[in-house]
Amino acid sequence: MSGRAAFLLGLGAVLPLLLGVAPFGVIYGVVALQSGIPPLAAMAMSSIVFAGSAQFLLAQLVGVGAPLLLSAGAVGLINLRHALYSASVAPLLAPLARPWKLLLAYLLTDEAYAAAIPHLGEKDRDKRAQAHWILLGSGIGLWSGWQLSTLAGIVVGSRLPDGLGLDFALPLTFIAIVVPMLGSRVLLAAALAAGAAAVLLHGLPYKLGLFIAALVGLGVGALLNGRRA
Amino acid sequence: MSIWLLMLVCGAVTFAIRYSFIVAEGHYRPPVWFVQLLPFVPVAALTALVAPELLLVDGAFAAGRDNPRLWAGMVAIAVAARWRNTLLTIASGFLALHAIQRL
Repeated sequence: MSGRAAFLLGLGAVLPLLLGVAPFGVIYGVVALQSGIPPLAAMAMSSIVFAGSAQFLLAQLVGVGAPLLLSAGAVGLINLRHALYSASVAPLLAPLARPWKLLLAYLLTDEAYAAAIPHLGEKDRDKRAQAHWILLGSGIGLWSGWQLSTLAGIVVGSRLPDGLGLDFALPLTFIAIVVPMLGSRVLLAAALAAGAAAVLLHGLPYKLGLFIAALVGLGVGALLNGRRA
Repeated sequence: MSIWLLMLVCGAVTFAIRYSFIVAEGHYRPPVWFVQLLPFVPVAALTALVAPELLLVDGAFAAGRDNPRLWAGMVAIAVAARWRNTLLTIASGFLALHAIQRL
């Protein structure tokens, strides 16, 4: 597979997800302005921070005037799960030059990772060799969609009617990605354990429950795998 | 405090997290148990993001008729399992949500 074909594969994989991401970006734009963030800064945050749920939290923290270190710590905790994605793709990116690693790390979001990962399985040797191009395609597609939807939220968001349920789009997107991945009982058990833990731990501050729940899912999956093997 | 400084710090923190294992690869040998966890990252992390959205209403557990998102989510899960199509899944979930809310 050529680099160009791999890039287009990643881009094509992320495009349907933009249907779920775009409403989220629009809502972020609205929330950021409501928190008193100037339009230019609200727009810039989407490329400087470039992390959906962390940007929502940051907008809220700015609104209440939280101190810098606390805000940065909270953003770090929310984004801890990205360390798992980093560990997951690291072996594939090992041979690459530094600029590639920097760029792909910057583009490593929930959605871009989720779009690329079904093409990077053990069986897809041909595609794994072009993993960087696939990740670049999904990353750039997601980045562009996020910038455009943020802009739309800043410009026209406040004129949207309430009650559309636009924020439901993102969970639906993740359902569309995860469900087809659940090809074995062990994977299903890992997913159910993570989901149950996330519900039970939702009261923890800074969405720390999300990260712990993901770890619970990993642990359950690995344990069951070990027993079966 | 400058909003710009805050954004730069938060952007640096986020980037550092995403870069962590990518830059460390090759400089350390991850333990076997750690490597065995990695195949479960996508399903565990993404399900952890979804479950609270379906099962909690205003932070409280809700699995009854007062939670249309749960039932719309179930429709989406069934559609995703049957057809494995992203657009169809999102569209069916939205249609289900609005249909249930109108009942």
